[in-house]
Amino acid sequence: MRRTPWSQRFGLSGRGLVVLLPYLWLMLFFVVPFVIVLKISFADIDLAIPPYTSLFQWDEKNVLSIKLNLNNYVFLFTNELYFKALINSLKVALVSTLLCLLIGYPMAYGIARAKPATRNLLLLLVILPFWTSLLLRVYAWIGLLKANGVINNILMALGLIHEPLAMLYTPFAMYVGIVYSYLPFLILPLYANLEKMDWQLLEAAEDLGCRPWQAFYKITLPLSRNGILAGSMLVFIPAVGEFVIPALLGGPNALMIGRILWDEFFSNRAWPVASAVAILLLLLLVPFMMWYQGIQARESAGAR
Amino acid sequence: MAVPAGPASSNPSQPVKAAPWRDPNAKPYVQIERVTKSFGDFKAVDDISLKIYKGEIFCLLGASGCGKTTLLRMLGGFETPSSGKIYIDGEDMTDVPPYERPVNMMFQSYALFPHMTVEQNVAFGLKQDRVPKAQIQERVATMLDLVKLTDFAKRKPHQLSGGQRQRVALARSLVKRPKLLLLDEPLGALDKKLREHTQFELISIQDKLGVTFVVVTHDQEEAMTLASRIGVMNQGEIVQAGTPSEIYEFPSSKFVADFVGSVNIFEGKLIEDEPEYVRIGSEELGGTIYVSHGISAAPEATVWAAVRPEKVFMSTAPPEGSDNVVRGAVQDIAYLGDLSIYLVKLPTGKIVRVTQPNTSRHAEAITWEQQVYLSWDATSPVVVTR
Repeated sequence: MRRTPWSQRFGLSGRGLVVLLPYLWLMLFFVVPFVIVLKISFADIDLAIPPYTSLFQWDEKNVLSIKLNLNNYVFLFTNELYFKALINSLKVALVSTLLCLLIGYPMAYGIARAKPATRNLLLLLVILPFWTSLLLRVYAWIGLLKANGVINNILMALGLIHEPLAMLYTPFAMYVGIVYSYLPFLILPLYANLEKMDWQLLEAAEDLGCRPWQAFYKITLPLSRNGILAGSMLVFIPAVGEFVIPALLGGPNALMIGRILWDEFFSNRAWPVASAVAILLLLLLVPFMMWYQGIQARESAGAR
Repeated sequence: MAVPAGPASSNPSQPVKAAPWRDPNAKPYVQIERVTKSFGDFKAVDDISLKIYKGEIFCLLGASGCGKTTLLRMLGGFETPSSGKIYIDGEDMTDVPPYERPVNMMFQSYALFPHMTVEQNVAFGLKQDRVPKAQIQERVATMLDLVKLTDFAKRKPHQLSGGQRQRVALARSLVKRPKLLLLDEPLGALDKKLREHTQFELISIQDKLGVTFVVVTHDQEEAMTLASRIGVMNQGEIVQAGTPSEIYEFPSSKFVADFVGSVNIFEGKLIEDEPEYVRIGSEELGGTIYVSHGISAAPEATVWAAVRPEKVFMSTAPPEGSDNVVRGAVQDIAYLGDLSIYLVKLPTGKIVRVTQPNTSRHAEAITWEQQVYLSWDATSPVVVTR
């Protein structure tokens, strides 16, 4: 007689196990922290360790009282700073996404139309930056952009400028950093979409009277819609909450919601307010994520 | 070699269809002049000259890689000839891009736009030309009616069957009323029954609209059914161009004889070479072949006599005469219903293919291993020198 595998003795099939493990992982490292953050967002600030009050309190005579402090949220909605930061974050994310599209679409298109051998090399070059940590790459941009940095030195040596351009700690530097860092996230899904494209459709369009750019506009662009949306979401969603790049390249005036969150946590030690910011940011991004999931589902279903 | 006129022109029972290719003064509609297309060292199309006349269905027939698709793509403007000229309706089209040619193409994969409905697909070319809306609607409706797809106008391509897609592609390429329609393996993706049906539908549509068709196919049966003329291609060259019956009955080379239909080819040497007849001695056959027309070949030259399987008679009793007769044993029989194929092994080891129509339901059966005599008329063999 065959021995029953241990997993089955617990009423688990192999398939169930494969599904269970990732869910356990998500439970432990996503849901539990989320609940903790949610809990803190309803607490009050306190001079203690950890620096917030507890929601649950045992009063005398076996009464458990739960105190939900909504002041943090009220504070967020009444204080202009947070609203401005949020709007600014959305703006920065949107502009970055558009810039990524502008740069990334031609790249993805070029890679998809390259010969198979060249294609792999080009893809490798797109993925290559991931082999270094994001932080190092952002620091490298400081070296490139600062007043006596590589770019300014070259421009001055060429005699094109006489004094260094102020690039670092400007919105320009922040956009450079964000676009540079997130470009691969746009190129890869877009490439995956364009790679499946039947290029004979373009010949058919030209045969029916389209100039090449018209064929692109009427055939390629609508057919790559899902790729464009998926890639844009992958840039937009994380860019809204981006903290490192604005902090390092954007200078003190880069008012991003991610930075506010950081400041509340570490400078003000206002954990409850910071948690409320985090919860609101998450709620704001959920619709975008669901949209992205919808696109992904449609893409894998093959319907266009 | 003297090639008598094919039966198509001499058969009085057929309506006299003009055969402009026989008229030296006729003006060709499409003229391909010494066109060569090289990809690196490889010549996909090698110095082809060809005239196609208005209203023709011209089939380019050949195995894959023979250059037929490249030639078609040059007609469509998707490839530019390395050298040579292409004229369509008298105009030099050699370097004109596809979107400015009065030519449309039906692609092998159909290349229907997946994000558009049937209607939008068909209307695409007209919209591109800024045809007025009312006219677009009318012309699309007429075209959909012609290909019997009116009920499917609002469907997307992935909701259609293979045959329906093929008809959408046809409608889309015809709706602009091109001077020339190029069809790349138009029936390749259809199953046999549908293919036969569609062949006749294509011919009737072509007849109705009077558009000149150039068809690329590797399927000789398809070429035979569709074509007014066939150009047989091999290694970038057109080895023979002619009506289906010319190609079949008067192949100019071993390659054509073998490529179009099945054939028995006997290698031999000329024994007698007279203006009215030739006699060929063939070791392969183990006998002599008498052919009732003269050929032009050097004496003692090696020649090949090609005899079609349906032109070989099979009998159990010895036929008269000593030419064009050989004895063998039936090695294999394939019963196909309408006809049977016999493979007869000669004493020399050569296998001869014979087909016989099954005219009677209770034919006295010739069976395996049986000794039979094979013979053919003196007019049946075609003698080729290459």
